Amino acid sequence: MILLTRLCDLFLSFSRIGLTAFGGGYAMIPLLRTEFIVARQWLTLGEFLDIIAIAEMTPGPVAINAATYIGYKVAGVPGAAAATLGVITPSVVLILIIAGLFQHYRSSPLVRAVISGIRPAVIALIFSAVLVMGRPVLVDFRAFFISLAAFLLLITGKMRPLPVIGLSALLGLLLY
Amino acid sequence: MKKRPGPPPGKIFLTFLKIGAFTFGGGYAMLPLIRETVVEREKWLSDEGFLDIISLTQSVPGALAVNAAVFIGRQLAGIPGALAATTGAVLPSFLIILFVAALFTRFSQHPLIIKVFMGIRPAVVGLIAYAVLLLGRKVIRARARGNGFTVAVAGAAFLLVYRFGLNPFLVIIAAAGAGLLYSFFPVGGDDP
Repeated sequence: MILLTRLCDLFLSFSRIGLTAFGGGYAMIPLLRTEFIVARQWLTLGEFLDIIAIAEMTPGPVAINAATYIGYKVAGVPGAAAATLGVITPSVVLILIIAGLFQHYRSSPLVRAVISGIRPAVIALIFSAVLVMGRPVLVDFRAFFISLAAFLLLITGKMRPLPVIGLSALLGLLLY
Repeated sequence: MKKRPGPPPGKIFLTFLKIGAFTFGGGYAMLPLIRETVVEREKWLSDEGFLDIISLTQSVPGALAVNAAVFIGRQLAGIPGALAATTGAVLPSFLIILFVAALFTRFSQHPLIIKVFMGIRPAVVGLIAYAVLLLGRKVIRARARGNGFTVAVAGAAFLLVYRFGLNPFLVIIAAAGAGLLYSFFPVGGDDP
């Protein structure tokens, strides 16, 4: 019975996230954080960051990887299924509804107006999540160095995310 | 209903299964591979048709790769095609993560693993900061007009969430409302 309510909670939480995350996987990060670390307290910040890293290191869409992992962590294999179904259901339903009239949808001034408001807000939300999550993680000089190095390697185009995570794992072994 | 016979759902499923199983780096990395397969190799869609689909999937919420899969599958073979493509794109992720999660739960307390993730966690923060910059640049570039509005919404959203602890879901809904209002009553700063 408890499992069943957990599964429903997972499905609904992830449907809500799937329905509001404009801009793909990264747009989900602030929503996931609020839902699972702050509101439900099913994950710690450390676990959440580990999950994002693993989602990034494994093949497939990051959003699906993260949903499957969080669902598994909360309620085992059924939880993983509930979370994954939850996060894809809004996509499937919305697109099947829109598909027939997508030329209208895409050029609709209303849709454009809504999205022109949502896009900058999503970026601000992710930025706020970076600050909130950074504080407890960047506790010492080593962590600060790794974070800055990762950021600079990515922004200068010297490395792709996957090798950056590999490098940081190595630095973790060496420095800690 | 169908104008021309599309590929069978089984074939669509396998195509997306392969893409889902072998593409690292999430949705943005998957889109070029989907294009290569669907446009160049299988010739299911024209380049133009594919671009349409991409611009649409970015204006719908949810994971990019999943949105693209649903849409392409639907175009090729109706609802069975959509379900086949989506299942194909998602199934490898699901199985691989279950495997990794089961392993990780067993070894997460190992001292070496702890050290590794002490290094990875700050890098993930850097990675997300990089995503902010990347997405931000895209939004600014996409809106040559009305950047004043874009900056105002971003600033307000940041303050509401970071300073006043408002729920991000509410902020997104409010931002959608602001976009609508602005399109009806554009105020100043909207010059090209």
